[in-house]
Order: sequence, then C-alpha cells, then structure tokens
Amino acid sequence: MGSFERKIAKFWEIFIEYDGYKRVLTGLQNTLYIAIVGLAIGIVIGTIIAIIEVIPKYKKLPRVLNGICKFYVALFRGSPVVVQLLVFYYVVFPLLGLNIPAVNVCVLVFGLNSAAYVSEIMRGGIMSVDSGQMEAARAVGLSYGVSMLKVIVPQAVKNILPTLGNEFIALIKETSVVSFVGAADLYVAFNYIGTNSYEFMVPYLVMALIYIVLVAIIAFLVKIMERSLRKSDRRN
Amino acid sequence: MIDVIDLKKHFGEFQALKGITTTIHEGEKVAVIGPSGSGKSTFLRCLNCLEDPTSGDIVFDGVNIADFKVDINIHRRKMGMVFQQFNLFNNKTVIENIMMAPLYIKKQELRSLKLKNFFIKITNIFTKNKKNLYEIDKAKSQIVEEVRENALRLLKRIGLEDKADVYPSTLSGGQKQRIAIVRALAMNPKVILFDEPTSALDPEMVGEVLDLIKQLADEGMTLVIVTHEMGFAREVATRVIFMDEGMIVEENTPEEIFTNPQNPRTKAFLSKVL
Repeated sequence: MGSFERKIAKFWEIFIEYDGYKRVLTGLQNTLYIAIVGLAIGIVIGTIIAIIEVIPKYKKLPRVLNGICKFYVALFRGSPVVVQLLVFYYVVFPLLGLNIPAVNVCVLVFGLNSAAYVSEIMRGGIMSVDSGQMEAARAVGLSYGVSMLKVIVPQAVKNILPTLGNEFIALIKETSVVSFVGAADLYVAFNYIGTNSYEFMVPYLVMALIYIVLVAIIAFLVKIMERSLRKSDRRN
Repeated sequence: MIDVIDLKKHFGEFQALKGITTTIHEGEKVAVIGPSGSGKSTFLRCLNCLEDPTSGDIVFDGVNIADFKVDINIHRRKMGMVFQQFNLFNNKTVIENIMMAPLYIKKQELRSLKLKNFFIKITNIFTKNKKNLYEIDKAKSQIVEEVRENALRLLKRIGLEDKADVYPSTLSGGQKQRIAIVRALAMNPKVILFDEPTSALDPEMVGEVLDLIKQLADEGMTLVIVTHEMGFAREVATRVIFMDEGMIVEENTPEEIFTNPQNPRTKAFLSKVL
C-alpha cells in the first residue's frame, strides 16, 4: 500500500510542480475541441448527405449526387479513423502543399468521418417523420428544400438526438488516437507525466477517470436537451 | 377556375385515374363521393399536383400546373389543402403553424426585392441612365406583425385564440382539423381542397369541423371536398361527383344525385351508404 502512496506522490509532483496540469488542460481542451467541432462538421455534412439520399430521384443531378454520397460514406466507413488521420496528415495535405496544424487536421478528419455515420443516423431520422408533414408543407406552397429544413429536419433531429449524443460520446473516445499525428490530447498529457515520473499506473488511472466523467457529463446534458425538445410531444 | 382535362394517374401497373375531365368553377362547392379505392383522393391530390399526374392537364387560373416546368409552389399557395390526418407541423406551435408559410413567402419577397435593389444600385454606379429602385414599404418587423395579427384573427374566428402558443399534440382532433383549415385560409387561397376532413375524427368532433367548412361555403369560398358524409355533401355541395374505378361515373346537383341517380353503380353505392 505504501508503494501506491508513493506513486500518487510522484504523480502529484509532476502534475503540479512540473506543470503537468497545464498539459492535461491543453489535452482536455484539444480533445473537446476536436470532438465538438468535429461533430458540428459531421452534423452539417451528414445532414446534407442524408437529404440528398432521400430526395426523389426523377432527375439526373440528384442521382449523380447520390452516387457521390454513397461513395463518400463507403470510403469513410470502410477504413479506421486512425488510417484516415494518417492519410490526411501525411498524404493528402502534403500533396496539396498545405501545412496545417495537427489539431486542425484532426478536427477535419473527425468531422468528415463522423459525417458518414451521422448521415446514416439522420437518414433514419428523416424517414421516421410522418410523410404527411412533408405533404402539408408542400401543400402550402413551400419548396422541397424549405419544407425539409423548417419542418422535417427539426423533427428528425429530435428523434435522433439520443443517437447523436452517443455519436458524440463515441467521438470523444475516438479522439484518443490523435497522438498518431502529434496532436496533444489527454493521452499525450498523461503519457508525459508517466514518462517523467517513470510511473504509469496513476496517470493512466486518472486519464480513465477523466474520460468516464466527461462522458457521464455529456450523457447528462443530452438527456436534458432531449427533455426540452420533447416538450412539443407532451400533453399538458 | 380549375379545368381538368383527361387526367390519368398510374401507380406502376395500377391505373388509379383513367381519364378525368371536369371543370371546377369559381364559387362552386364540389363534393366528390364514391367507394374506397375509387380514386377520389388521388383525384384531389392531383389537383394541386401532390401526386404528379401521369398524363393530362390541370389548368388553374390559365396555367397548366401539370406541366413539369411550371413552378408548382407559386400556384399551390392559391390552393389550400386540408388532410384527413390534419398534418399540423408537430415541431411548431399552433400560431407558428398558421404563420409559417405566409411569413416565409413574404420575407422571401422582401429579400428578393432587396437583392434586386442591391444589383440596381451597383449597375447605377457604372451607367448613366439611372434605374429606379423598387419600393420597399414594409420592414421585416411590420411583416411579422401583420402576419401574426392575421393568424390571431383566424384563431379567434374558430375560438382557439387561447391555444396560440401550445403544440399540436396537446389538442383534440377537432381542434387540430379546424386549425389545419385556418392554416390553409391564412394563405388567402382561391380554392380549398378537403381530403376526407372528418374521417379521422371522433364522432362528437365531426360537427365542429363541418360547421366551419359550411361557414366557408356560405362566404363564397370555392371548395372541393372528398367526403363520406353524405348528409353534409347534400347540404353544402352545389355539385356532387360520383367516382368509381378511377372514372367519373355521374355528376349532378345533390338533389338529382341523391334522389334520382341515373347510373346503376351510383344507385348501388347510395343504397349502401344512405
């Protein structure tokens, strides 16, 4: 037991005196930044893809766009996110001659990756909205796009919010691989503490706790949001 | 006002409408009756192209709206529609339901005027003969206020002004349907299409909806009603269309149809439902 106390003392020493906490805060900030902005990008692109997929395909343009979307989804669901990170950081951006900070590459990759998943979730949400809603919106003279944005998508979002919350949680957990391209996340911070104290048990334990608490908080927030969005369902 | 010329609608192999030709005149109240599966709802939904006709013309105010190239949204604004399942927007409050389409359209007009003015201003910088700007007489807030007042007036008319800010899920079927009717009215339509407006209602709520439709009829609104309420059709309609198997079998005044039907199929149907 005495050795465990020593481990904690060592961790504490690095954490406070050698500015370990600053790195942890930066890591936490990066983790949240990548997950939040990534999900935002994912929702926007995913919604666009989902709408393209449900548009009636009488004309050529929607069919072509649909093909592109299908390809996109297959591409991003068909490979691990680590591989996508590496490819974007070491292949795509160098080829384009762009020099972008690792964190921003991560945001972009996680955004594009989650778009593929969100599009499937969103498509399910859109299809779960009663078709009468679209008919009523079209019948008062609104265009397909406006009906979609003002009537269908808000209801779809409400239906899929729990699933979207899960996607966000999954995203937060997945960000633990961003150190592959040198972005400083929680893992990098605690790894630094571990390496400097020659002691990995406590740092990784704390890291695990932070992730668990983070996810619990988000699950709680999703629940609150869900409840407020459901007010249009409740009889009162 | 609406000329329907040889309207056909196929769903794959199935021919729902086999060539309908009729005219709906201004101020007419047309009741469409017939057994289920006779194509009467399909006919109604073709009138505002909610179902795209397979062939044939629908000439509304001189424009063939069955034509793919016509911007159907503009013409639909002049044709209200009321559904069997009410179809109020679940994500909007009652007053937002009524305000949404008029508000959107008026804001859209304002935006396009502003955009046009912007381009005129730019071209005016480079050209000598200056073009005049379009007049914009209303600010956005005024538009919102007007549309809101109109919506409240309509709600007051049906006695539901206290429900303005609740969501549709809290209302009874009869209330929902009356709100759906004033939602259609908010667009100042020239004609309102009713697709079995009372079929999804509890019996005790049918009366309030029919009363409202009757009021509209008395005010001279043009109505096309697909209905199973024969008594109502008889009382309100100026013309009754009997449809069977995707065709108009017989059309006449309600008196003639109900007391002296000519076609054997009309007779058979009426003997069952009356």
